[in-house]
Amino acid sequence: MSVLVIAEISKGKIKKASLEATNYAFQIASQLSKTVTALILGETSGVNLDDLGKAGASKILTANDKKLESGDAKIICKVISDVMAQESSEVIVFSHDFNSKNIAPYLAAKVNAGIVPAAVDFPSIENGVFLVKKNVFSGKANATYQIESAIKILCLLPNSFPVELDKNKECVIEQYTAQLDGLESKIKIRETKKSSDSINLPEAELVVSAGRGLKGPENWGIIEELATELGAATACSRPVSDIGWRPHHEHVGQTGIAIRPNLYIAIGISGAIQHLAGVNGSKTIVVINKDPEAPFFKAADYGIIGDAFEIVPKITAALKNFKSSQH
Amino acid sequence: MKILVCISKAPDTTTKILFKDNDSVFNEDGVTFIINPYDEWYALVRALELKETLGGTVTVLHVGLASSDTEIRKALAIGADDAVRIDAEPNDASFVAKEIAEFAKDKSFDLILVGKETISFNGATVGGQIAGSLDLPFISLATKLDIESNNAIVEHDIDGGIEVLECEMPLVISCSKGMAEARIPNMRGIMAARTKPLLVLPSFGSQRLTNTIKYSLNPGRTTCKFIDAENAQQLIELLHNEAKVI
Ligand SMILES: Cc1cc2nc3c(=O)[nH]c(=O)nc-3n(C[C@H](O)[C@H](O)[C@H](O)COP(=O)(O)OP(=O)(O)OC[C@H]3O[C@@H](n4cnc5c(N)ncnc54)[C@H](O)[C@@H]3O)c2cc1C
Ligand SMILES: Nc1ncnc2c1ncn2[C@@H]1O[C@H](COP(=O)(O)O)[C@@H](O)[C@H]1O
Repeated sequence: MSVLVIAEISKGKIKKASLEATNYAFQIASQLSKTVTALILGETSGVNLDDLGKAGASKILTANDKKLESGDAKIICKVISDVMAQESSEVIVFSHDFNSKNIAPYLAAKVNAGIVPAAVDFPSIENGVFLVKKNVFSGKANATYQIESAIKILCLLPNSFPVELDKNKECVIEQYTAQLDGLESKIKIRETKKSSDSINLPEAELVVSAGRGLKGPENWGIIEELATELGAATACSRPVSDIGWRPHHEHVGQTGIAIRPNLYIAIGISGAIQHLAGVNGSKTIVVINKDPEAPFFKAADYGIIGDAFEIVPKITAALKNFKSSQH
Repeated sequence: MKILVCISKAPDTTTKILFKDNDSVFNEDGVTFIINPYDEWYALVRALELKETLGGTVTVLHVGLASSDTEIRKALAIGADDAVRIDAEPNDASFVAKEIAEFAKDKSFDLILVGKETISFNGATVGGQIAGSLDLPFISLATKLDIESNNAIVEHDIDGGIEVLECEMPLVISCSKGMAEARIPNMRGIMAARTKPLLVLPSFGSQRLTNTIKYSLNPGRTTCKFIDAENAQQLIELLHNEAKVI
């Protein structure tokens, strides 16, 4: 009997969010006196999988099959449900990201599981009552759900917990042969366009974001320099991506993506409620705005009132100094 | 083309969120509801555009109580041909999805469109669950949708990029920003909506798998610490020593 976690690889490495999900699965497995099996779908050659073991998986199954490439939920869910049967898994953990939004609900329907997406806390399991908290109302509140079905699917919101790796934990790695005879995907990939950003925004721990206060796309140099100095991803407000100053995938907020980095620096962004909806889960928020009445200051931990064009280069310079003093 | 657009409703984005009955229920008193923006602006409008170029019908479907009829009429005013409401409390995503699947299973829709997520409960699970229940292909987070002969050509967000997919219809698609531009109903649409059919069906009696026990508000931030614009160094020190994020 094991708790099953679906892990993913990106850019030749296990995703940080998958390690978080594995830690999470391990905590649940401990409550249930079970172990964790991690399943990785797709190509794994050349990837170091050991961290999944250190994060809590005692078994890693790798399933690679050409048919999985289209990302078709139907085919992927066939593999996952077969593995669930083999491992007698009743609790399935995903990280709440692009892929799980495609797969986890489909699986829920196939195996008749209650699903809690965007889980933010460990479940409480007592006398068979399974309770788990999720983010609702765009981060303004939490709701505690009771899952009543025998099979339960949880999708952990990334950056909810820091990753813990225990080098003394051991695991076995096995190949799993998917049984996909007679199943053909109706979905065909015509084209894939990957962004060249070195840091993936939804997973980023540090984010520098800017809004209409920057006046035009030609002024983003100061934002990018600060981001590079920090090792941060860049983001933007909605009007900025709507006018085409910045790419669509950088748009955060209610209608963009929701992020919860450790540090969110908002520059020239007013702090409209729909913007806050996507960022108010950040641990620390810094706001730089020339208007002392900007609503964003009410949602900030640290604020600087003033002109971004003067302040941002000063912060970048101060950071450079700080970094050299650390060595 | 027969298109089904599933619409949910949500409190207007500026709503002050409050709970009642010992924090077990969302307090709807005085709350203005809107059609969930993803469903209205993207799924519904793109469905109407496709109908306008290719012919066919657009049906909107809502699982909910009679208090939602205002939002349903608005969808008709924007241009849907007819509407169906399954008369049941939509308090569990598995339940909602199974009710929708039960309704749709023998109606031969070419496309079933849902929004990316409801802005209230932020689930993003109903679309995938409908597809799983009906054994149809599912494409999540679509930002562009076109039809070429019997295939849907869909651009959608993936981890760190976008992907263009092709899939034979029927299928289920969850719709995100980019797919269309919001439309405002005009007077003619509003008048026409009054006489368009709104069929109310009893629940199919699907099972509920989750139950909301309790809500809690997230504590906001206490107070903002202001740093002098001349003193950038202090911000770095605070982020390092106090917030411990760098
Ligand atoms: C249903 C709905 C959904 C929405 N979804 C989103 C969403 O997902 N994400 C989102 O971001 N928005 C969203 N919006 C839009 C949102 O309401 C705001 O309009 C938007 O966030 C404002 O963007 P902004 O802060 O960049 O621009 P503005 O509101 O124009 O603010 C610019 C700010 O820059 C400051 N500024 C100007 N010059 C300088 C300078 N030199 N130095 C420092 N500061 C300066 C100004 O004081 C001002 O505060 C949504 C709106 C609706 C109705
Ligand atoms: N009660 C409902 N009735 C009809 N469609 C719904 C309902 N709830 C959710 N949906 C659809 O499913 C999408 C995703 O909702 P959710 O999974 O709840 O975030 C919404 O954008 C709607 O298109």
